Amino acid sequence: MSWIDIGPVADIPLRGARKIKTALGCVAVFRTGEDEVFAASDSCPHKGGPLSEGIVHGQSVTCPLHNWVFDLNTGQARGEEGAIATYPVRVAAGRVLIDGAKLRHRSAA
Amino acid sequence: MKEKLVIIGAGMASGRVIEHLVEAAPDAFDITLFNAEPRGNYNRIMLSPVLAGDQTYADIVTHDDDWYAQHGVTCRFGERVVGIDRDQKVITGEKGALPYDKLVFGTGSNPFIIPLPGHDLDGVIAYRDLEDTERMMEMGPDNKVVVIGGGLLGLEAAAGMAARGVDVTVVHIMGHLMERQLDEAAGYLLKKSLEGKGITVKLQANSKEILGDDGRVRALMLDDGTELPCDLLVMAVGIRPNVALAQEAGLAVGKGIHVDDQMCTSDADVFAVGECVEHDGAIFGLVAPLYDQAKVLAQTLLGSEAAFKQKTLSTKLKVTGCDLFSAGDFAEGEGREDIVLRDPAKGIYKRLVIEEDVLVGAVMYGDTADSNWFFQLIKDATPIDEMRETLIFGPAFQGGDTADPLSAVAALPLDAEICGCNGICKGTIADAIARGATDLGAVKATTKASASCGTCTGLVEQLLQVTLGDAFEMPAAQPICGCCDLTHEDVRRLIKSQELKSQDAVWQELGWTTRNGCHVCRPAVNFYLLADWPLEYQDDPQSRFVNERKHANIQKDGTFSVVPRMWGGITNPTELRAIADAADKYNVPTVKVTGGQRIDLLGVKGEDLPFIWADLNKAGLVSGHAYSKGLRTVKTCVGTDHCRFGTQDSTGLGIKLEQALWGSWTPHKVKLGVSGCPRNCAEATCKDVGIICVDSGYQVGVAGAAGMDVKETERLCDVATEQEAIDVTVAFVQLYRENAKYLDRPYKWVAKVGLDWVQARIADLDERARLIEAFELSQSIYRKDPWAEHAKEAARYQPLADLTLEAAE
Repeated sequence: MSWIDIGPVADIPLRGARKIKTALGCVAVFRTGEDEVFAASDSCPHKGGPLSEGIVHGQSVTCPLHNWVFDLNTGQARGEEGAIATYPVRVAAGRVLIDGAKLRHRSAA
Repeated sequence: MKEKLVIIGAGMASGRVIEHLVEAAPDAFDITLFNAEPRGNYNRIMLSPVLAGDQTYADIVTHDDDWYAQHGVTCRFGERVVGIDRDQKVITGEKGALPYDKLVFGTGSNPFIIPLPGHDLDGVIAYRDLEDTERMMEMGPDNKVVVIGGGLLGLEAAAGMAARGVDVTVVHIMGHLMERQLDEAAGYLLKKSLEGKGITVKLQANSKEILGDDGRVRALMLDDGTELPCDLLVMAVGIRPNVALAQEAGLAVGKGIHVDDQMCTSDADVFAVGECVEHDGAIFGLVAPLYDQAKVLAQTLLGSEAAFKQKTLSTKLKVTGCDLFSAGDFAEGEGREDIVLRDPAKGIYKRLVIEEDVLVGAVMYGDTADSNWFFQLIKDATPIDEMRETLIFGPAFQGGDTADPLSAVAALPLDAEICGCNGICKGTIADAIARGATDLGAVKATTKASASCGTCTGLVEQLLQVTLGDAFEMPAAQPICGCCDLTHEDVRRLIKSQELKSQDAVWQELGWTTRNGCHVCRPAVNFYLLADWPLEYQDDPQSRFVNERKHANIQKDGTFSVVPRMWGGITNPTELRAIADAADKYNVPTVKVTGGQRIDLLGVKGEDLPFIWADLNKAGLVSGHAYSKGLRTVKTCVGTDHCRFGTQDSTGLGIKLEQALWGSWTPHKVKLGVSGCPRNCAEATCKDVGIICVDSGYQVGVAGAAGMDVKETERLCDVATEQEAIDVTVAFVQLYRENAKYLDRPYKWVAKVGLDWVQARIADLDERARLIEAFELSQSIYRKDPWAEHAKEAARYQPLADLTLEAAE
């Protein structure tokens, strides 16, 4: 793993998300009401809706376009055929770190 | 040989001690009573009725000269005690010394005078003794009085003087009256009824300075600069135990004179009783514990065993027409639950606080008939789980073993009001059921019960069930979403009645099964909270759909559209240039004229939003809220300005309406139209509110639709003036905000509650004024441009990080 510092966790609103740009599209970084942080593809497999703009509830996010709901632990859509890629992410000293290896792995795939 | 007992202070507590002593053992003591006031014991708590003119001083004297003489009490009234020698056991008064065997302090308390500049002016008094009362009684209809302190004593003083026609203003530093005895809801009702007596109440008011002329009080100045003129200023802000003499005598003193459970001070031959004592950290102002102490002290002096215990206290306000009761502990806390009953029409509020199946507190306003029963439950810590469902209805409903809501309904008398909105009583509904109204819809249609605000729906259904038995099937309510079992209507009602002012309170109190709701319920709850508690609750962007969070409409490709407001559809070259420049600068691919008479810039990148807003702001353009469940547009025609058919200034009215309503959040979007004549060029008759101008004034229609459903507006009312048209529109929008289900457009909501009900509410001028006031209160927070605020936080609209290079390695 190679952790990349992407910014202070405080810059992500509680029950909200921010996106990060990568060479292969955007990744959404979510922060739940209980201060857990998740990262996943920003693009809904349904119609490409920006998940970082969705409502974050519990450990799930709802796509703003057509209300698909994704579990942020697994990336699986609830009640639909479809999933989003998730990425290892952790918080250290108030900074959010994302696994660069996994991001690059995606680019190789 | 009689023991020599000396008592300092002829107050209610020491007076009660003497009564007990002379009754139980008239020959045990040789009693001497010192009092600094030149009189004996009178019933100080009855000063308020004296002030109000309901009683005279003679009525409230407890012990007169004859009484003291008859019981052999030596009175040294008007004489101060100047020293106590505890070693020699001698007390010295101004007129000589006296040995004692036992000494009792009953020195009472001093009123606390806030050391404001000017507190020593003539005409600044406390409310403590007969002299103060007499000063207040000198005031009449030509006088103004300010009372500082909205506690028990201050309000009794204010009400007493108001009853004499005095112009009284109460200044209270806290957010509601009697905050130690009442919760906010009861405090609000109390304020309302005091205002009904002509008393002005100023809350959260900080006194700064007392102003005077020639050494006499002239006015009170608040820290916001307001001057309240007054001929008399009464400070009723609390008491301090009078401990000076005890301190000089070297007794242990804290806030008050320290006493143990036997009322004995740090000296075994010296005792204290009443407001001057501190027992187990507490001091005492109400009469009940003082009498308890007096009893204990009398027994102690007579050599019996007795111990003073602090008990739960209850309070009643002695103001005619303000029925108020509070007892126990009614603060909110973990593991505490509330049962609340309100009857707004009758001004009744009851709240019970339960902890571990025991009643721990009660607040009642308007109807205190059962207060003693509730107080008993608190004192006895009676388990209430059996009667929990019907507890708040009082002892009358606790008869049988099956204390359930149904039997409570069954037990209601036929003239009990079920539907407060329409004034429908139980008998009327029962008759309707007997005549064949066998479901809720039929009862609504035939009696109007539950046809308005709907809060009594449950009661009506219970009544149907009681009357019809198994023939009636309780309808299963449709919950908001999978997170809870409650309907939108229930949640709205409970947010109001239980005064839930945060999302956490809603999740907790209403039994949400998820951590913080979902995309269905959370935006609804967020709206309900901000609509009902505009000042207390802060709008939560994370509970809003992306468009309302970003203040722009998301498009299918993830870009946004930007629509600046054009008031009433009017624009000018400067605005148009700014829009054109912005379209160029941010490479806006599509510029479109909307149906609401403004211009839409489509295809703006999310990152650019704060910058395009800042540019538009510079030209005076603000958010058009084209994305919100709130006021969208007010479409107008040119009216009398240009049109030869125009009857009124429809454009001007449209602009005024838009300026009044913009920024407000509503259950769903709200669109208005104002047409200058019945030719209706602004297509006002399919709007949420559509106004048609005619020669005689304005026809206000509501509940139109031109979306999934198409529907013509229904006439709310006709008004003569432009101001009335604005008032009626604002009141309608507020009524909709207060009552509708989230995501019901006005036409759906009106169909549920009935146009008749809406018309009645708007026609009631008091209610109309209340609605407008409530709307303005909310608008004091929300009538502002969100773009201007968000433009300052451009960083939030940018990616958190750009790893484009990183990932490419």
